[in-house]
Amino acid sequence: MKVKLKVWRQKSRNTPGEFRTYESPGLNENMSFLEMLDVVNEDIANRGEDPIAFDHDCREGICGTCSCVINGKPHGPHKGVATCQTYMRSFRDGDTIVVEPWRAAAFPIIKDLVVDRSAFDRIQHAGGFISVRTGAAPDANSIPVSKENSDLAMDAAQCIGCGACVAACKNASAMLFVAAKVSHLGLLPQGQPERYKRVKAMVAQMDTEGFGSCTVTGSCEAVCPKEISLDFIARMNRDYGLALLKGEPKKIAGGVAG
Amino acid sequence: MSIVSGILNSSLGKKYIMAGTGALLFAFVIAHLVGNLQVFGPPELINNYAHFLQSKPLMVWGARIGLLVIVGLHVWSAVQLSVANRAARPVSYHDTEPYGSTWQSRYMLVSGLVIAAFIAYHLAHFTALLPGINGVGDFSKLKTELHGEEARDVYGMMILGFQVWWVALFYMVAQALLFIHLSHGLAAMFQSFGLRDHVWWPRIQIFAKAASIAIFIGYALIPATIYLRVVGTDYAEKVKHSMVESAAPTKPASKETH
Ligand code: FES
Repeated sequence: MKVKLKVWRQKSRNTPGEFRTYESPGLNENMSFLEMLDVVNEDIANRGEDPIAFDHDCREGICGTCSCVINGKPHGPHKGVATCQTYMRSFRDGDTIVVEPWRAAAFPIIKDLVVDRSAFDRIQHAGGFISVRTGAAPDANSIPVSKENSDLAMDAAQCIGCGACVAACKNASAMLFVAAKVSHLGLLPQGQPERYKRVKAMVAQMDTEGFGSCTVTGSCEAVCPKEISLDFIARMNRDYGLALLKGEPKKIAGGVAG
Repeated sequence: MSIVSGILNSSLGKKYIMAGTGALLFAFVIAHLVGNLQVFGPPELINNYAHFLQSKPLMVWGARIGLLVIVGLHVWSAVQLSVANRAARPVSYHDTEPYGSTWQSRYMLVSGLVIAAFIAYHLAHFTALLPGINGVGDFSKLKTELHGEEARDVYGMMILGFQVWWVALFYMVAQALLFIHLSHGLAAMFQSFGLRDHVWWPRIQIFAKAASIAIFIGYALIPATIYLRVVGTDYAEKVKHSMVESAAPTKPASKETH
């Protein structure tokens, strides 16, 4: 099969970009979308032109590196899969496929289809961790976790941080991502000590990065390759409200040991 | 971070303001509807009710100022959030066809602004009684007698007001937009406060649809039945005559003495 690609080409962050059209060479319909881009790139490179830059790493749907808005939908036509798990058999011979980068002020374009997602890293650094002593691995069952909470926490932990939620949201809101991270840790006993500090810090960083806010349209949930639910945004909203009500932890007078 | 600055300066906090003021406005919309539905009773019913409200200026002005503050906050946070949301996606996609969201959820700002314009007209129409905008005449001349006292003839005003086709149409269009606004907003309100999970979400959505449909039917019935001359037609003939009479400067003043 052959397809026509209409791809966003942009040299660097501050140069203007434009769509350019490429004809693919003959393709195997069981190629993944990224393999198709590899083949097209080989063709482009052989002509002495600059190949299309795109993000990829594991190519098995677990790392969250691949991106691309394909025909208007982040990660392509299917539900619950990433671009690397999208195959050419999902398209028809002769189709024109529009390929664009994630578009958000907080995700500036580095080149072509590659965007800078370090805003997500900074949100994680703000509070997406727990403080524990390292050392020998603790006994597996030393801290009991209820089945319901562990299931929910695992659902939230599915988030691979790809940013499709931001890309799909009409407000370029990162709330699904932040909510998944907040809920993942906030549901487990190890995450309790920093639970309220965490949600405040992560939301503050999210706002600083210039993401929009949730208007409950449900686009993020619909495109998420890990099918993270809007329920988690509600959970984050709840935790944030509780955190505001609880206020800052009191400073201890003196502040020194002994 | 104090709770006030946490609410006023964060995206989540502004969503709380949207949801909280939205909930209060929803309560007002219901109370106002119950009051207005009295137009389907005898003229004295709604006139008595209006007279009762008028006789409690402290309560009425308290409610008016309270409502103004609530609407002001609702609009303020909506504008703040929308500006930030637009800024979060400076470059739009090739294909702007949205994915996985309802159109009601995407046009909240538009429906909200039209409703705001309607409220301004509604206040000028039936509260400030500006004579130039109702297509009938000077409503302040409509008087009736209740318990031996002179009172405003609210019943007559509504009947005459809604017999004008474009007024009735405008009111019904505004109600349709309120329906659209509420069918999304009522559900989103629960989400913003974090009051949902996967069990309650479908129920909340049914509640939002049912409540917004009920409100639409209740409100739209008033202009519709009056315009179609189902309600109050005889009464209209009577008061129309009296309004013209008392409005004409050459005629002697009506029997009422002051
Ligand atoms: S490349 Fe790792 S998820 Fe697609």
